[in-house]
Amino acid sequence: MATLAPPVSGPAMPAARQAASPRREAWQRRLPLTPALIFMIIVTQIPFVFTVIFSFQSWNLVRPHSQHWVGLENYANVFTDSAFRDALLTEIGMTALAVAISMVLGIGLAVLLDRRFPGRGVVRTLLIAPFLIMPTVAGLLWKTTMLDPVYGIVNYLLRLCGAAPVDFVNQHPMASIVTVLVWQWTPFMMLIVLAGLQSQSNEVLEAAKVDGAGAWTTFRAITVPHLRPYIELGVLLGAIYLVNTFDVIYMMTQGGPGTATTNLPYYLYQRAFLGFDVGQASALGVVTVAGTILVASVALRMLFTVFATTERRA
Amino acid sequence: MATATPATPVTPAAPAAPGPASRPLRRILGRASWTAGAWLAALVFFFPVLWMVLTAFKQEADAYTTTPHLVFSPTLAQFRAVFHSGIGPYLANSALATVLSTLLVLVLGIPAGYALSIRSVRKWRDALFFFISTKMLPVVAAIVPIYLAVRDIGALDNIGTLIVLYTAMNLPIAVWMLRSFFLEVPVEVLEAARVDGVTLRQEITRVMLPMVAPGIAATALICVIFSWNEFFFALNLTSVRAATMPVFLVGFMTSEGLYWAKLAAAATLACLPVLLAGWIAQKQLVRGLSMGAVK
Repeated sequence: MATLAPPVSGPAMPAARQAASPRREAWQRRLPLTPALIFMIIVTQIPFVFTVIFSFQSWNLVRPHSQHWVGLENYANVFTDSAFRDALLTEIGMTALAVAISMVLGIGLAVLLDRRFPGRGVVRTLLIAPFLIMPTVAGLLWKTTMLDPVYGIVNYLLRLCGAAPVDFVNQHPMASIVTVLVWQWTPFMMLIVLAGLQSQSNEVLEAAKVDGAGAWTTFRAITVPHLRPYIELGVLLGAIYLVNTFDVIYMMTQGGPGTATTNLPYYLYQRAFLGFDVGQASALGVVTVAGTILVASVALRMLFTVFATTERRA
Repeated sequence: MATATPATPVTPAAPAAPGPASRPLRRILGRASWTAGAWLAALVFFFPVLWMVLTAFKQEADAYTTTPHLVFSPTLAQFRAVFHSGIGPYLANSALATVLSTLLVLVLGIPAGYALSIRSVRKWRDALFFFISTKMLPVVAAIVPIYLAVRDIGALDNIGTLIVLYTAMNLPIAVWMLRSFFLEVPVEVLEAARVDGVTLRQEITRVMLPMVAPGIAATALICVIFSWNEFFFALNLTSVRAATMPVFLVGFMTSEGLYWAKLAAAATLACLPVLLAGWIAQKQLVRGLSMGAVK
């Protein structure tokens, strides 16, 4: 079947091990990659093919034998579904807020940690702890010991300041969730920005000082441009994980009150596992993936540029 | 009462400074406030974790109070209660899913990373793109068919299912990371080995693997963190036999939600392995989290 193989080979390969024929050589190169590739295709791509098929069917798991073709009906429902639109908006707002705030805080902390001071190692160690905490536990901890209206620490502090207690999770559900996400992801942003700060060349900074640039001017004119790829990388990777936020919502608000904190993953989960509506959930999945591909193709191009930059620098 | 105090410790600290005393003073104050600011930030961020651990050692009466009790007589009663409530199998399942999926990731990922770097296939860029794109697709979009398939082959509530899914979840990150570590192996070393006439297998096992060993450790660490903490698949695909720690916590919260000390003890146990692993391997963490992009 490989008879028509085009005459590749040549420049792409180094002249080592000339014994192998070009085609054999190509297969030898492909061989180590194949198991991983096949595994990923089976586990991640085939389910998606089925998602597409199910999305054209009406199928409720609670009613046996209810499976039948309905064409585009599920899709029509998705686009007229105001709950889906709400979930989409919640998703965008939640992700954008969490990424932006944790990046700003992360930059602040990274700048703090970039200087030598007593106990820097310990401070760094303490600061990365929130990222390592299991997200389920993070939601649990904040909902109970931190934000509880009566027994929570935050309300204790508010009372000390003479303020009235606040039922954060019920009155400000979005802010509560974003707080936990920011708490978890600020260390991540900090680590990436800190790596960027520490990769700055001392000579350039010295030269700026010699030229009489103040600390703020140096930061704005030299450090910020240098940090740009690192910030982009942090935002991008943070966003990849944060769009899938589920655990914290499940533990803290269950998407509520009402639908105030129902993001896309949580909405899909509700449709599939609480409503048992396979067809509808699948159509939602397909639409979500289509949207993700749109955003991701832009993001991926950025990612490649960023990687190329940091790889060159290393 | 503090009128004269700030001046006194400064003068002996900078005896050699011939200039005005205000400059070293300002520098010292600046450094002190920098240090204080950093420590304050660390304490604010670490506080919820610290509080969890403290609460775990309290009696329920000390945990559930309107005024937080900082002084209390520590007890191991909560940890004992958690162990008696049957946490064992959940811990074992978490450990099994984490360790086996991480091993599987390495077995599949190391050759793949190699094939995308040192002796790279022609379309390495496309392959790399494919791997990472699977990471961008929301997991929830595939959960319905995964659930149905798993149900139909009778693999619901089976730890093997979680192992396969966690492997798929971590493999793309691992491939990217491992590739970046392979790229760091100096070409000269490999060429020298070839000149010495080593076989391909020797080149890989004797020359390359020792050089990328730290990278492999970093990759494993990231896989361990993500699979130990994973909740979505565990929630939807397991119930009793194969349930992991996050699932245990959900059930525990429903049944013991009002017992904060017990809850904190369970949460502490759930977090401890990853927290310790992450702290021990701090240096590798940045590299791993950025999929190898940041050194």
